[in-house]
Amino acid sequence: MTSLDSAQGGVFNLKLGTGAWVLIGFALVAVVTALAVQAGALTRGDALYAVLVDPFVQMADMPDLLIQTLWDGFVAGMLYALIALGFVLIFKASGVFNFAQGIMVVFAALTLVGLHEFGFNAWIALALTLGVMFALAVAVERVVLRPLVNQPDIILFMATIGLTYALIGLGEFIFGGSPKVMITEELFLPRGSIDLKVFGGFVSLQKLDIAAAVIAFVMIAVLSAFFQYTRIGRALRAVADSHKAALSVGISLEQIWVIVWFTAGVVALITGIMWGARSDVSFALQIIALKALPVLILGGFTSVPGAIVGGLIIGIGEKVGEFYWGPLLGKGIEAWLAYMIALTFLLFRPQGLFGEKIIERI
Amino acid sequence: MRTPTGWIFGTALAVVLAAGAPPATAEEGIYVPLLTYRTGNFAGSGTPIANGMRDYLEMLNQRDGGIGGVKLIIEECETGYDTKKGVECYESTKGKNPVVHNPYSTGLTLQLIPRASVDKIPLLTMAYGLSAAADGRVFPWTFNPPLTYWDGASVFVRFVAEKEGGVDKLKGKTIGLVHLDAPFGREPIPVMEELAKRYGFNLKLYPVPAQSMQDQASTWLAIRRDRVDWIYNQGWGAMNPTAVKEAVRTNFPIDKLVGVWWAGGDDDARAGGADAKGYRTLSFHGAGTSYPAMQDILKYVYDRNLAVGDRAKVGENLYSRGVYNSALIAEAIRTAQQVTGKKVVTGEDVRRGLESMNISDDRWKEMGFEGFAAPVNISCDDHSGHNRVFIAQWDGSKFVRGSDYIEPMKDLVRPMIESAAKDYAEKNAGWPKRTEACDGRS
Repeated sequence: MTSLDSAQGGVFNLKLGTGAWVLIGFALVAVVTALAVQAGALTRGDALYAVLVDPFVQMADMPDLLIQTLWDGFVAGMLYALIALGFVLIFKASGVFNFAQGIMVVFAALTLVGLHEFGFNAWIALALTLGVMFALAVAVERVVLRPLVNQPDIILFMATIGLTYALIGLGEFIFGGSPKVMITEELFLPRGSIDLKVFGGFVSLQKLDIAAAVIAFVMIAVLSAFFQYTRIGRALRAVADSHKAALSVGISLEQIWVIVWFTAGVVALITGIMWGARSDVSFALQIIALKALPVLILGGFTSVPGAIVGGLIIGIGEKVGEFYWGPLLGKGIEAWLAYMIALTFLLFRPQGLFGEKIIERI
Repeated sequence: MRTPTGWIFGTALAVVLAAGAPPATAEEGIYVPLLTYRTGNFAGSGTPIANGMRDYLEMLNQRDGGIGGVKLIIEECETGYDTKKGVECYESTKGKNPVVHNPYSTGLTLQLIPRASVDKIPLLTMAYGLSAAADGRVFPWTFNPPLTYWDGASVFVRFVAEKEGGVDKLKGKTIGLVHLDAPFGREPIPVMEELAKRYGFNLKLYPVPAQSMQDQASTWLAIRRDRVDWIYNQGWGAMNPTAVKEAVRTNFPIDKLVGVWWAGGDDDARAGGADAKGYRTLSFHGAGTSYPAMQDILKYVYDRNLAVGDRAKVGENLYSRGVYNSALIAEAIRTAQQVTGKKVVTGEDVRRGLESMNISDDRWKEMGFEGFAAPVNISCDDHSGHNRVFIAQWDGSKFVRGSDYIEPMKDLVRPMIESAAKDYAEKNAGWPKRTEACDGRS
């Protein structure tokens, strides 16, 4: 073992140690709080009581709402994971943060609904939309990426900003700014809810949410398998490491890029359908993409499992935080709470949960 | 083939011609800029309003040759509901002698209020903006008819009291305010707090950040936890259809969700499908195409292919809101012409016109809007008029009238407005004292 290796081992141990200390810290706070409540030092009305005790009392008193919160967080988390996946795929293949992912969601959803309004059957509209997303992928590769091979990543990033505005303009030109209603019924997405009676209350599981979770799960599983176990997946990872090296072993950059952008387009379409069904289909949907940022910070930009676990942690974390601690801070905290959660994790794992640890030997 | 010299000469000529072209001057017409947003995250609400505003003024141009024989020069400037872009629009249009500005955003209104008195261009913030601006003694250049957000909140509480069987029944009830976490959304809070104190109901606030507009799961779960009896929704854009859907999703009784007038878009309710039947919203005008003026819009604007919007959406609730807004603009200009005796009026004249504006039932009828809206009466002191509104209710496919006209609680709101206006003037050092004369009918 070299001295460098042992030094890394030391860093690793130290990290584990930090995590353990954090856990011990939480446990200590819990014990001290419990003792303080027992001794009557912490009572209802104290600020500390409101932060440290009351939320847990609420959880115990109304377990149905806790389950509902966790469920809502889970569904949101799966959907965040799906959006994050769109970013991760493109980042892996071209090393670029795709600023246009949000508008791709809008564009895909608008195309679907627009084609349906135009008179196409919902399923034909869906197939045509996939065609449009493929054409978009080819166009992006031809017009944006190919001329920029081997340019610094920041140039590619700027190009995706340009692409965003081009797509906004194109979308507004074709579809106008009016909101549209997502064609959920035509796509046989279920309506209504299943109400489960638990602990004297009820938990309402929306069938649409169940479908969203299942579809997101299947998508993520298929994509992970595709990129993990197929030849194209290996080629993708090679491209991610180095454009030059990949080219030198005969991997077609163009082909990989088209595949990846098309896949991101498919992810965008599914994201658009799911979020469009929960709200409406308008340009405001692009805000949804922002929800993926903390997930990416947390899960790392290059990891598919990171996107999933990160999505779930952010989804559940922000819903639980908003529901139980939000009222103490005037509510509406989930927008920034997601970033706080992500940054807290980064303190202990700077490369993200599943991000690649970059070790540069000097 | 043209030579490079030819190109240079041609370009130079074009530049000279463009520079020498006279700007739109007062003699040509009355310049009415419309700050609208057909793009961006709030385009869903902005587009029908923009269409309604534009179409009504265009109809006046086509049918009557403008107002008092003077053509209206209508120019839209796209703000994207972005305050910064809105200020740019304001700056780029103010040199063309606009007679009135419609910011169509509360955030933008707050930026423009101090500029209005300097630039001598009145601001018509129709049922939005700063509630305190209704005090004409402090804000001579800002107008917010037919009522303020504070009036709206008081109407909502009055309506709830009526449904519950009297104001004494409000005690112990829980009323929630779901609002966009922005200046617009926070406007009704002071009045709601005051009313909660007065009638003994619990007020719960549910701010929705713009980033979470489409994801209100936590908000509606909190509403379930707090066992809220009635909800007032001060929402805008994509927040509204999401709120309606979430209410349906969480089994909140949809007829106890009442939106401010800006949460009353047909698209907002339509998103909830058949389940949204019963959703209520405040409104101060009718909808539909049965009014003669609406028929004129179809005849003079749509039949002549001068419209940018969709014919099928003429007469929808937010479209009609835009028409109502432009009807106020037109009436202010007409009144200004009467008060000053001039044909081509300026911003200063239209300010006087607004202060003297009195649209009676008869006048609405003359304008082709019989039964469309309640009379609007503005005075030098009272720039909103605290006019009546009614509740509109979604019947599954369109909004229909769901109550009689309800008076705002002027006795409560007016003193609050006066005190808030005083506060505003004190906090903004050097706020000018009103020097503008009043034309007397106050």
